[in-house]
Amino acid sequence: MLLSVQGLQKRFGGLVAAKDVSFDLAAGELLAIIGPNGAGKSTTFNMVGGQLRPDTGRVMLAGEDVTGLPPRLVWRKGVGRTFQIAQTFVSMSVVENVQMALISFHERTRDLTADATSLYRTEALAILDGVGLTEMADRSVSELAYGDVKRVELAVALASEPKLLLMDEPTAGMAPRERAQLMELTASIARARKIGVLFTEHDMDAVFGHADRIVVLVRGEIIARGTPEEVRADQRVKQVYLGETGVQAALKARRAAQA
Amino acid sequence: MDPAFIVVQALSGLANASSLFIISSGLTIVFGVTRIVNFAHGSLYMLGAYLGITIVPRLLDIDRTPTMFFAGVLLAALAVGLIGVLMEVLLLRRIYKVPELFQLLATFGVVLIVQDLVQKIWGPVDIAGPRAPSLRHGIQIMGQRFPAYEMFLLFVGPAVLVLLTLLMQKTRFGVLIRAATQDREMVGALGVNQAMLFTGTLFLGAFLAGLGGALQIPRVPANGHMDLSIITEAFVVTVIGGMGSVPGAFVASLIIGLLQAFGILIFPKITLVLVFLLMAVVLVVKPWGLMGRPEATANRAVLPEGILSLKPFGTGERLVAALVVVALLAVPLMGDAYKTKVGIEILAFALAAFSLNFLVGAGGIVSFGHAAYFGIGAYAAGLLVVGPLKLPMEGALVAAPLAGGLAAALFGYFVVRLSGIYLAMLTLAFAQITYAVFFQWAEVTGGDNGVVGVWPSAWASSRSVYFYVVALLAVAAIVFLRRIIYAPFGYTLRAARDSANRADAIGIDVRTHRWLSFIVAGAAAGLAGGLYAFSKGSIDPTLISIGMSVDFLMMILSGGLQTVMGPLVGAGFFHAIKDFFMPLTDFWRFFLGLSIIVIVLAFPRGLVGAVDAGREALAHRRAG
Amino acid sequence: MTDQKFTRRSVVGGMAAAGTLLAAGPGSAQGAPVKVGEINSYSKMAAFAVPYRNGMQLAMEEINKAGGLAGLGGRPLEIIFRDDNSTPGDAVRVAEELLTRENVTFIAGAFLSNVGLALGDFANQKKVLYLGTEPLTDALTMGSGNKYTFRVRANTYMQTKMLVDAAKAKQVKRWAIVAPNYEYGQSAAANFKKLMAAAVPGFEVVTEQFPALGRVDAGATVGAIAQAKPDAIFNVLFGADLTAFVREGNTRGLFEGRQVVSLLTGEPEYILPLGDETPEGWITTGYPPEQITTPAHKAFFDAYKAKFNDTPRLGSLLGYVVGYMIRDLFNKAKSTDTEALVTALEGLTSDSIAGPVVMRAIDHQSTLGAWVGETTLKGKLPTMKNWRYADGKDYLHPEAEVRAVRKG
Ligand SMILES: Nc1ncnc2c1ncn2[C@@H]1O[C@H](COP(=O)(O)OP(=O)(O)OP(=O)(O)O)[C@@H](O)[C@H]1O
Ligand SMILES: [Mg+2]
Repeated sequence: MLLSVQGLQKRFGGLVAAKDVSFDLAAGELLAIIGPNGAGKSTTFNMVGGQLRPDTGRVMLAGEDVTGLPPRLVWRKGVGRTFQIAQTFVSMSVVENVQMALISFHERTRDLTADATSLYRTEALAILDGVGLTEMADRSVSELAYGDVKRVELAVALASEPKLLLMDEPTAGMAPRERAQLMELTASIARARKIGVLFTEHDMDAVFGHADRIVVLVRGEIIARGTPEEVRADQRVKQVYLGETGVQAALKARRAAQA
Repeated sequence: MDPAFIVVQALSGLANASSLFIISSGLTIVFGVTRIVNFAHGSLYMLGAYLGITIVPRLLDIDRTPTMFFAGVLLAALAVGLIGVLMEVLLLRRIYKVPELFQLLATFGVVLIVQDLVQKIWGPVDIAGPRAPSLRHGIQIMGQRFPAYEMFLLFVGPAVLVLLTLLMQKTRFGVLIRAATQDREMVGALGVNQAMLFTGTLFLGAFLAGLGGALQIPRVPANGHMDLSIITEAFVVTVIGGMGSVPGAFVASLIIGLLQAFGILIFPKITLVLVFLLMAVVLVVKPWGLMGRPEATANRAVLPEGILSLKPFGTGERLVAALVVVALLAVPLMGDAYKTKVGIEILAFALAAFSLNFLVGAGGIVSFGHAAYFGIGAYAAGLLVVGPLKLPMEGALVAAPLAGGLAAALFGYFVVRLSGIYLAMLTLAFAQITYAVFFQWAEVTGGDNGVVGVWPSAWASSRSVYFYVVALLAVAAIVFLRRIIYAPFGYTLRAARDSANRADAIGIDVRTHRWLSFIVAGAAAGLAGGLYAFSKGSIDPTLISIGMSVDFLMMILSGGLQTVMGPLVGAGFFHAIKDFFMPLTDFWRFFLGLSIIVIVLAFPRGLVGAVDAGREALAHRRAG
Repeated sequence: MTDQKFTRRSVVGGMAAAGTLLAAGPGSAQGAPVKVGEINSYSKMAAFAVPYRNGMQLAMEEINKAGGLAGLGGRPLEIIFRDDNSTPGDAVRVAEELLTRENVTFIAGAFLSNVGLALGDFANQKKVLYLGTEPLTDALTMGSGNKYTFRVRANTYMQTKMLVDAAKAKQVKRWAIVAPNYEYGQSAAANFKKLMAAAVPGFEVVTEQFPALGRVDAGATVGAIAQAKPDAIFNVLFGADLTAFVREGNTRGLFEGRQVVSLLTGEPEYILPLGDETPEGWITTGYPPEQITTPAHKAFFDAYKAKFNDTPRLGSLLGYVVGYMIRDLFNKAKSTDTEALVTALEGLTSDSIAGPVVMRAIDHQSTLGAWVGETTLKGKLPTMKNWRYADGKDYLHPEAEVRAVRKG
């Protein structure tokens, strides 16, 4: 198993943000965590990515215990991620953002003399090509539309050839059309390179259209899990979470996928 | 120990704590709402004292009663409140949007202006105020005499705390202050008249500062040094208590008051260090103070203040750089001895400023105590040359950057854990500790007398030769630092500044990297200090003082934070202003303060930034 | 305030105007002025430096009116005043500027000890004369002394010794010491302990308080001293620290039944701000200008008052004395050459309004003394009583000590 999460728990003062969260994720698989606002999705991502240390529970990556490791070490073990609010190096150009990731990947962050602008530029451009950002390579990230910034994050995350991608709301702030494109891109990359993807989305089209399996989180607890069909059929999910609109969206997504 | 003595000593400490709280509460409220660290708060306190010694005796002439005394104190405080309003409307209102560092500097400009105005109006001689009628005597407490006035002060602090709490809980103004302190954006969203709220807050803050000052007149004479001596203490209190927290300020005042009252019994010689040490420890253990809350992180990624895009030199820039270097080399040949001397100073300052901008501009690490590393470098060089080791200049110039780097390694280890204003305050605390140690530890450092006889080796003793030594080392160090900024190391530093989260998530050890950068900058500043020492022949604690740190900040600010080469222009420019005003008038601080404010308001991107902006505008017009 | 009018420009401008006006009259100075550079803390230490500058200006005008520098063919004296920003670094730069741009013959001045030491060392390096006027630190003429550096005012050791002489008769043994925590305070305390131990058998220090300069916690300090139950107190605090200390001590009864010996407190600069809180009977060094009735001093007092509408301070006296000392120096050297000036200044005798002052050759310390007496309130005026002029020649460092520490 690529990723195995066992009994994660996190408290913030009196609030239990995550409680006994467990799931597995295989290489090349897309697993979606869904749930209403404040359900604990980002908290779970952060415990996997190392941004938060879980109170109890374990995170196993390819059989290795990475619980409580700082993010940079989790990353070294092959985990790339994007954030709910995009995190990029705003003073740099698009390609420099990716170069930065490559510099780190090749452990040259403390190099005092090399010319950083030309370092790994070719490789970075190739990665940008993969996510369709070639045209924007030399523009400053601060000038980009938010949707494009999200794609920069994806490119940065891919630069280290990760085994696992964590994507916290990768399409938030995008137009519907862009969303579909990004999710398709992600899915194809994941399947082609055997990358496991853990993602969360409020957009049900994205979830039901691309996830292999879904975990439903409500108030820090997993209330359902399974294939999209199983989850869609789950009565409790319908009640507490999906509601009418959710079901409709799910149906629509399936129609779109079939068409 | 005699219990009566302990009680009276505690009362003395509490009376001081009470006074300290009155002043600090104003500072912390103003910070909470406006997010401006108001350096001029100490100036408002001083104005309170001066207005007190002006107004109170007039009222006492009418009628020698406590009522008249306290009416005078309140009048003075109200007048200072109005001065605070003036300051808000004329200055602060225009700088809420500019970065912290600029705000700090603009308010420091106000400090300089007020210092000279006070001297102009009230003269340079200390003026003792009248004592409060009916409170002149001492009260017997367990057989010891304790001043009645201090007994009274002891209650004023808690009374102010109660009144402030009522204000915060019961009035609309108070509720808004609390709301703004907790979430600044929310107030804007609520559609509150922000201008009124800020003006009102400044009135309240200045009133409290003025009250604190006016209440001191029976104890200390009004004098021109009270502003800076109180402001550092008030900073310590607000930082320990948590910036923006009134109850925190209260607790911190109590701790400081008692620490001083009993500290002098145990460590009579290091009380200055003690207070800053406490602040450093608190910041290390509780980065947001005892009762402060973490700064709400911005929801949207904002462009950092500092070096943005790095363009390599074009042909034009190369030409300019070459010309500058040639001009530099010609100074000793063309200019007189004085020009050469000034050239040496500017080169040393340019290196120090460049190293500071390496931290501030590239790393977003706003050091408010860079003079510490400059000074430590100078002292290392000086003490090695004239001390028992009698090292030659060459050895001392190797030791200077090592010492600067070592000190930066020690302090930086704690500094890089923080960010923003807390980081700035911790750097300030470390610089003050260093200053106090060098100032007070006369056996080793020569105290305020410093060390003399720090002259270059014989072969470099001619001014021109030493100029070339400095030019060579300073330019080499600057070129090296510039290289680092363009190298992966510098990119990584900027990455950590732009987004620590992202940097961490691509495997960058943010803290260590910032620490290494701090060490590099400290070493460069240390070298600058060493070079400076040999040009003066002497070193003394003013090299580590707040004033020196502010000078360095002024240099990078006037040159432009966003530009790589700006600090160099800034060093020259700033030195030139000082050189120009100083011989002209005794009131040159007034003009210096004014220049600082003008630069903050008119050239927020500095001189080089302004030139760049002009060129961009021109290019746009041509293109369009 | 009268003193603020004297920016450099107005001084220089005024000089030029005076020169042209007076050139016509007999006995007035003529020829190119002889320039002296004077560096002091005019902006940050204005309370001390400005009266000093006034005194110097008065002397300069009198000298030029009386025919200038006789030893140099009646050329007028021109003193160029510069601010040192109270930092040695700036002082050294300004010195350089005065020497290269203004072509001054030598430099004088400094109030702060660190500025004085830096200028002295600079002078030694550049082989120019530096006449330190106000700095007190012993080091200037002892450990850090050099061939080119001279000092006018009685140093810390001398003033402390004057006080020890006045206090030892009482044979009090249990002492408390309170001093600002920096070189001046520490060295005054050390001098006091050394001299007292030699003068009073059984002398002991029961507590030493070293509050930070400029921020004495007066209540706590007074409490700590009272707790040690000393019989007498040696005080080195001055300025705002002193005022706060005196008020707190008065209220808490610290000074009742205790002899206080206090350095410099009798100087008008420090005693006037004490106002009606001025303690009675502290033994101190200082200067009671209105009580000194020698004709020379009386003339100075009246002239100063007429010109500046203020009574002279110690700084004014010093500036005035230095002004005439400079005249005597040029008249003796008959040259503006540094080596000639240094030679002439060693052993130079100047008849000052305080009495004859000699620049001792072995340590370059002048014998200008100080007035030793007791603090008192005369009506509303804080001043001194039972004073006498202690001639500095009786209080200089012993020659053997000088030889032991001086390098040049
Ligand atoms: N650092 C923190 N300190 C305190 N509480 C926190 C912290 N981080 C998250 N929480 C709380 O934990 C709960 C879960 O938050 P989380 O961000 O994981 O939710 P989410 O499922 O990602 O929601 P959304 O869909 O809005 O992103 C929320 O109630 C949130 O307020
Ligand atoms: Mg979330």
